[in-house]
Amino acid sequence: MSIHEKIAQLKEYFSVLPGWEEKYAYIISLGKSLSPLADEYKTDEYLVRGCQSNVWLRSYEQDGNVCFEADSDALITKGIVALLLFVVSGHSNEDIRDTDFSFLDDIGLKSHLSMARANGLQAMIDRITHV
Amino acid sequence: MHNQVKIKKDFQMFYHHPDLVYLDNAATTLTPDIVVEAMNGYYHHYNANIHRGGHGIGAMATERYEQVRSQVVQYIHAPGTNNIVFTSGTTHGMNMLAQGLKHLLEPGDVILLTRMEHHANLLPWQRVVRETGAELRFVEFTDDYQFDMDSFDRLLDERVKIVSITHISNVLGTVVPIKEVCQKAKDMQAITIIDAAQSIAHMAVDVQDIGCDALVFSAHKMYGPTGVGVLYGTTALLEELVPYHLGGGIVREVREDSAIWNDIPARFEAGTPNIAGVIGLGAACEYMKDMGVTDVGDHEHTLMAYAIQQLATIPQVTMLSGKTHVSSVLSFVVEGVHHHDLATLLDEEHIALRSGRHCAEPLLMALGLVGTCRISFGVYNTSEDIDRFIVALRKAIGILTNDE
Repeated sequence: MSIHEKIAQLKEYFSVLPGWEEKYAYIISLGKSLSPLADEYKTDEYLVRGCQSNVWLRSYEQDGNVCFEADSDALITKGIVALLLFVVSGHSNEDIRDTDFSFLDDIGLKSHLSMARANGLQAMIDRITHV
Repeated sequence: MHNQVKIKKDFQMFYHHPDLVYLDNAATTLTPDIVVEAMNGYYHHYNANIHRGGHGIGAMATERYEQVRSQVVQYIHAPGTNNIVFTSGTTHGMNMLAQGLKHLLEPGDVILLTRMEHHANLLPWQRVVRETGAELRFVEFTDDYQFDMDSFDRLLDERVKIVSITHISNVLGTVVPIKEVCQKAKDMQAITIIDAAQSIAHMAVDVQDIGCDALVFSAHKMYGPTGVGVLYGTTALLEELVPYHLGGGIVREVREDSAIWNDIPARFEAGTPNIAGVIGLGAACEYMKDMGVTDVGDHEHTLMAYAIQQLATIPQVTMLSGKTHVSSVLSFVVEGVHHHDLATLLDEEHIALRSGRHCAEPLLMALGLVGTCRISFGVYNTSEDIDRFIVALRKAIGILTNDE
């Protein structure tokens, strides 16, 4: 699946979730399904500075594409990271750099932007797109 | 006792956000229409610079600006208008004090703070310590989250030159017995500074009764605008205080290589001040006078007792509160739940509270916590607000601890 197709799939999935409760429950479940990040990567080197919760993110190359692994101490933050990684992990550097992350605004979470900023979402996106 | 439903009508914010349960008053209080109108009045009717000028509107602006000094004098029972310096807020006031008093410090001198200080009453002193060779000491808090007077007594000796202490902790809601603290510090000839940011709109603050040398607060935590605050100082303290910001309005005579300071308080208000903000602060003083700060405090304490009782019914909740809790600030943590996740979900239910480290990282480290959720009340809060908060909190905990 291309990055575009993945974004379209996410948007469609979120559009059928009726309320914020279901949307957050889904985000949390995505976070829980994220493959675990080894403890050796939970260091300052891999820490994405966020205001309120910690995110550790590492990237590695596989078959010429960039793959990511991440973890967070907060469930919703981890879920949002999982959303991002679902979209970009396993794609080329160029495709990741060209990704339009505004889809995060369209999935229907009222508090998304303000809270995302506190979560260091922009810092996460910067880290992902500057591998 | 006031009618809170009627009070909500004083605030446009509740018209635009009818569902809002605003429990973040320790961060900033909402602004009543009369404050906004007073600031508009300045811009619409007498928009001019102050203490300069030769024209009528300038004189009008100056008169109104200086009137606010008298209003603040009344509000905190200061001896006179020359004891009131307008600042941009508590943080600005603390920086002015730290930088303006450091010439009194020598290597080995001690500045005494508490473990509960907000960064505004910590970082300026950390710099002063590096610059002067003085050192910091920290008064502990008890297991019951109270100010530890024994620890204070042990740490207060003749080396202590400055005691700078919060009136109410912005995280724990602990009320420090500042009158006793100031008396003991004074007996040691130490200068006493009070951070009144969290008390100024929640209990009567009488600077002469407290007996402090200086006290700082922000307008935006007492229903006034952001970007303006007050530094109160005794005449003796303000005479010792070296101006920290230099510029227009603070000097009587200037030569190319020297200057003679203007009188107090003008020497501390360099440049064009936040005139509209000061006028808004005047309206906020008026608003607080109408509401009665003691009545507001009583109302908030009633709400706090109810909130504590309700929170105690949720087994996963641990409150950072002792047996006695008489302030309008309360922190809590929820077992197995990140404070930020909780705040995110509560926001979906229009419950605004603060989560995180509250600009008091050393305190959070001492508590062994990465963050807390904090509720804090204002004049407009109701028991219905608390009911809605509790319902939303139960729901959020349910979502965040669901193991499916």
